[in-house]
Amino acid sequence: MTVDTKLPYDQSYIKQFSQERNEPAWMKDLRLQALEQVDTLELPKPDKTNISKWNFTRFKHAATGDKISSLTDLPADIQDFFDKENLPENLLIQRNQSVAYASVSKKLQDQGVIFTDIFTALQEHEELVKRYYMKDAVSIDEHRLTALHAALMNGGIFVYVPKNVQVDEPLQVVFWQEDPDVALFNHVLVVADENSSLTYVENYISNNEKEETVANIVTEVIAQNNAQISFGAVDNFAAGTTSYVNRRGVAYRDATIDWALGQMNDGNTVFENITHLIGDNSTSNAKAVTVGRGKQNTNMTAKIVHFGKNSEGHILQHGVMKDSASNVFNGIGKIEHGASKSNAEQESRVLMLSEKARGDANPILLIDEDDVTAGHAASVGRVDPLQLYYLMSRGITQLEAERLVIHGFLAPVVNQLPIDSVKEQLTQVIERKVN
Amino acid sequence: MAGSTLEIKNLHVSIEDKEILKGVDLTINGGEFHAVMGPNGTGKSTLASAIMGHPKYEITEGSVLLDGEDVLEMEVDERARAGLFLAMQYPSEISGVTTSDFLRSSINARREEGDEIPLMKFIKEMDEALDYLEIDKNMAQRYLNEGFSGGEKKRNEILQLMLLKPEIAILDEIDSGLDIDALKVVSKGINKLRDENFGCLIITHYQRLLNYITPDKVHVMMQGRVVKSGGPELAQRLEAEGYDWIKEELGIEDETVEQNA
Ligand SMILES: Nc1ncnc2c1ncn2[C@@H]1O[C@H](COP(=O)(O)OP(=O)(O)OP(=O)(O)O)[C@@H](O)[C@H]1O
Ligand SMILES: [Mg+2]
Repeated sequence: MTVDTKLPYDQSYIKQFSQERNEPAWMKDLRLQALEQVDTLELPKPDKTNISKWNFTRFKHAATGDKISSLTDLPADIQDFFDKENLPENLLIQRNQSVAYASVSKKLQDQGVIFTDIFTALQEHEELVKRYYMKDAVSIDEHRLTALHAALMNGGIFVYVPKNVQVDEPLQVVFWQEDPDVALFNHVLVVADENSSLTYVENYISNNEKEETVANIVTEVIAQNNAQISFGAVDNFAAGTTSYVNRRGVAYRDATIDWALGQMNDGNTVFENITHLIGDNSTSNAKAVTVGRGKQNTNMTAKIVHFGKNSEGHILQHGVMKDSASNVFNGIGKIEHGASKSNAEQESRVLMLSEKARGDANPILLIDEDDVTAGHAASVGRVDPLQLYYLMSRGITQLEAERLVIHGFLAPVVNQLPIDSVKEQLTQVIERKVN
Repeated sequence: MAGSTLEIKNLHVSIEDKEILKGVDLTINGGEFHAVMGPNGTGKSTLASAIMGHPKYEITEGSVLLDGEDVLEMEVDERARAGLFLAMQYPSEISGVTTSDFLRSSINARREEGDEIPLMKFIKEMDEALDYLEIDKNMAQRYLNEGFSGGEKKRNEILQLMLLKPEIAILDEIDSGLDIDALKVVSKGINKLRDENFGCLIITHYQRLLNYITPDKVHVMMQGRVVKSGGPELAQRLEAEGYDWIKEELGIEDETVEQNA
């Protein structure tokens, strides 16, 4: 089988794309440099999943979306993401590659919080974006997909919380891929400056069951000294989208980054969530759930790298696989030399609902320091018939009993999502996927 | 006669091709409390599990009828909705499902769709039962049986019993692992249900439970069948003298299910 991996977008296309958006010269150069590297760099090699034949290069690159005048104009499945009775104050909806709706509370504006799309940020906060964009977290040349991302970035968000500012109300973003053919090279950059805190939740959604396209997402989350970031996400790309989702965190001294990630895509997905605990006493709780169905193939890596002393890393990944879906969980706890008194814990579990479903959980601990603690738990199994028996012995039907066990299995992550409407929405998506 | 009737006739049960119950006959009417006693490994839990429909047990002969309906033809959940309840010797732990959500699902399973129990009514009933059983309210928000102590699990089984109000309940060693105060509380819960509409089969090793819950009839199981039945005085004699006299009387050397008389 031959796969056309030649990129249909060249230098002149990218120059023009950048120019149309009036990007600063450094951004255009960064794109062009990245493009040059696309052909020489290899695809990433996620452990135990062969992605060499996946479609990362056939897609349409540019599309715009109209503004909406009211949230009630949105399709019902998108309105589900927020509480209609109690509309979020800080909400941004990106439709294809345009901002369709944006609201930021007066309070946040007064506090100097930046919450805007990436293209506007490049105009209005150029220096800040330049300081962080693909510098401390993700590098352009990690592999072909990061280079592709940098070259073709066509959407995204920039969030900046100034020093000593506590953001009480969550920031919420919905990335709505309305055009079924268009690819999303989305870049989310979240920076919490010293002693600040914020809660950010994002949702990706598309409806291309048949049309093939690509999502290549890079998310960089930076927590400066003593900053606290709670980051939630529900990814919901349809079966036609092949996804590469890279969420990377960097935590400095006394900082915390907590992740609650629902990977609910229906297409093949490489999903990685890596956090670097750079500073002493930094912490990360990385929680993720996934549900696989159909012939879907997913590979999920959660990795926490400890550099700072007394740093805490906890990974929790739970997945449910049905039909002939297959999922690999890689859990990696890495403690660098000098990161004494650190603790790396991880747990990965897969529940298989059908004979043909496959699951794999690989716990890896890489430790270069003596004075540390670490632990791991992993399991791959089926629904326990005795649990079903117990539930059914109280009158609950088999279907409902299975539902309870599955939701229970995913609850440790679902319950962690910081916005109730998103939690409910994830519960609904799970319901739809498992039934 | 009020209440339901559970009839067990000539019940033979195998597990992994090994015959464990070898013809059990027992009838429980509404309003009656029966105690089943017997040495370890004589088939008491097997009887309870087979009636409820445990997936591992295979019925090879005999019948179980609830008000004349064939229980063995029913799925486990149908048996429960028909009015049976089993407090298990070893209840499962279900991670991620709170005790409260589980209770509500169980109650609603008996009600028509669209006629679910109102949330406030449910909370009120649950709180009352929790108070009655002196259970910490936090337990309702904990995951079902996960990390519960032995005694907490037993109280939780009785909590379910009180809220689900079955016609016929089977309680498998509900007293094991309970301290003396817990034993009193659990007995109080069971006795609260005692009326002419409620029948109960209590599996126990100890007379002390029967001091609080006086049985109408006492049965002794050996070798996978009921070998002796009597009134409450039978349990007292067993407490005082053990099982040897029954074995002698019946000429039984090995009381386990391995042997046939
Ligand atoms: N899963 C199993 N596989 C094989 N044998 C089993 C299994 N379950 C029960 N048995 C056997 O069936 C017999 C009866 O067991 P059962 O649990 O019914 O006894 P019991 O009377 O409840 O004992 P106890 O008083 O100790 O609870 C025992 O010999 C036991 O080992
Ligand atoms: Mg037993």
